[in-house]
Amino acid sequence: MNRTWIILGATSSMARAFARQVASQGAGVLLAGRDGEDLAALAADCALRGARLAEAVAFDARDPAGFAAIVDRAGLEEGEINAAVFVGSMPAQADIDADPGLIDGTVTDSFTGPARFLHLLAPVIEERGMGSIVGVGSVAGDRGRLGNYVYGAAKAGFHTYLSGLRNRLTRAGGHVVTVKPGFVDTAMTWGLPGMFLVASPEKVAADILRAVERRRNVIYTPVFWTLIMLIIRHIPEPVFKKMKI
Amino acid sequence: MRWKTADFAGWGRALSARFDVARPERRRALDALLSEGLVPAMGMRRSYGDAALNAGGRAVEMTRLDRMIGFDPATGELEAEAGVQIGQLAQVFAPKGWLPPVMPGTGFATLGGCIAQDVHGKNHHHAGSFCQHVTSIRLRTAAGEVEVTPEGTPDLFRATAGGLGQTGVILSARIRMMPCKGDVMIVTERRIDDWDEHIAMLDASRATYTVGWIDATATGSGLGRGILEEGETGSGLVPRRVKFRKVPFDAPRFALSAPVVRAFNQLYWRRVPESGRTVVKPIGDFFFPLDKIHDWNRLYGKRGFHQFQCVVPLAAAGELRAMLESIAGSGLASPLAVLKRMGPGGAGHLSFPMEGYTLAVDFPNRAGARDLIARLIERARGAGGRIYFAKDSLARADDIPAMYPELAAWRAASSDADPQGTLATDLVRRLKLRGAA
Repeated sequence: MNRTWIILGATSSMARAFARQVASQGAGVLLAGRDGEDLAALAADCALRGARLAEAVAFDARDPAGFAAIVDRAGLEEGEINAAVFVGSMPAQADIDADPGLIDGTVTDSFTGPARFLHLLAPVIEERGMGSIVGVGSVAGDRGRLGNYVYGAAKAGFHTYLSGLRNRLTRAGGHVVTVKPGFVDTAMTWGLPGMFLVASPEKVAADILRAVERRRNVIYTPVFWTLIMLIIRHIPEPVFKKMKI
Repeated sequence: MRWKTADFAGWGRALSARFDVARPERRRALDALLSEGLVPAMGMRRSYGDAALNAGGRAVEMTRLDRMIGFDPATGELEAEAGVQIGQLAQVFAPKGWLPPVMPGTGFATLGGCIAQDVHGKNHHHAGSFCQHVTSIRLRTAAGEVEVTPEGTPDLFRATAGGLGQTGVILSARIRMMPCKGDVMIVTERRIDDWDEHIAMLDASRATYTVGWIDATATGSGLGRGILEEGETGSGLVPRRVKFRKVPFDAPRFALSAPVVRAFNQLYWRRVPESGRTVVKPIGDFFFPLDKIHDWNRLYGKRGFHQFQCVVPLAAAGELRAMLESIAGSGLASPLAVLKRMGPGGAGHLSFPMEGYTLAVDFPNRAGARDLIARLIERARGAGGRIYFAKDSLARADDIPAMYPELAAWRAASSDADPQGTLATDLVRRLKLRGAA
């Protein structure tokens, strides 16, 4: 089966690990992001690891004008077209409190930008009757927390969007996996206080790939976050609102 | 760029230091960081002592800048970023018929680290040191980014190869890969009864890869006994590599006490039949036998361990035997001990290899072991040999000039590249490598 993965936000370390894993299985990768130089290096790396095709493509979540070109490029490939969304931004909550204007960008990066992109891709998947979408959300989207509730709200919106998209694409033979990572050892968490049980990007990428193969709907990764979030989701709001977690 | 302040240790865990580390994931982030001033670079911190430590200062971790950038199948030349791990290169390229030309004892070592220590492998007697296969290095010096090549910039190349990161931050490099037959190793193991046989067999070995495991607890007539391993690459079917294991906690002290080690070594030695045997192993099992056990350094407990590694000239084999005698008599050695014959190859002013025999032995971090290692360092120096900066945590500054005759030339070149001395590390300061200051 000829597989192609569009990887949005391919410069992030989780996306890089994922791109390498699908590349070593011989899939094609279209590496989408803003830092062209970095994407070119990753494309070369993926090609050496066995990717059938490895190209850098320009993608900015805040510039939807460029989305169609990526979908069109992917459409030139035969077989299964998949997409994995790793984009998102998490400004410090204090910065947002000082400048509420940052909310728009956070929501665009983490939710509406990727949603608009996936809306262009969905018809391709429906038409071909196959294809998987991986949407990387966050455990932060499950509950609004004092420390990052704008980012959390954007991810929550994205989760709900993915749920609906899954409902739509399932009918046509496609599939959508919602991924909610806990703490991952990336530039976003490097040096932050209070990190525990931090997973490597490679481990998370392997979990995602397995979820795609098994057509899972929603996964927490690493898996113990399923339990942690089960508890957190069930804390009654009157109690939760007084907690600082 | 966010800095993480934490305690970092060398692989031996006997030395540690608190400092700030940044870990850029893109070249752009690294460039921005270095434009504020050079800081020492570190990789996977597989050097045993303090080569990657910078107490109270800063360092940049290169492990996320780890892309393979290009490969030319006509020449075997590979270009990759400094953070790529040697084991990764072996894994990706062995099925294509290529291997890194020189591989150290752990596949977790980064390309940058292999250059900065000019590492050697089990094929040193044929292939020489790592940097002899490096054709070009992109180096960020105080003056900016430069390309360092053996022909174009020989002085800077000799100072950078094995130069402990003191000439600049290694960004990427080109190396000439070596053709191989496939991704398995055909390994012949032979039991060796004593020291003289060990030396004779190392001398006689014509294999591409040769190494001797030595039972550093055997005394008397068994002194120097061990197992000779000779390897060649091959192709064919073997079971895939077994699952990784992890040492989940610091082992208690008795785990490597003298009777336990003696018993283990006895069994390990007898595992190979008297008549020898040939086995087929995955590449990683032969080159990186301990990488399967993640965090194996925790077997030595909280206080960590030291590795003593020296090389002495061929003519000083007798002195090396006497050193082994005092190690075996001490009852302090661990099962990890290796004897190997080296060729003359080294690429830099501070490269460790010299033609002779190299002995490496691990010791738990105890007072008796530290005293013993201090005496061994003294004797290595007396024998015209030297110790290995990648392993050392106990040498003194006075030991070094006699061991490394090109120290002054290296010092001059590294001062040119980094006049402020901002790249100095704990190792460099402890051994006063950059000067008296």
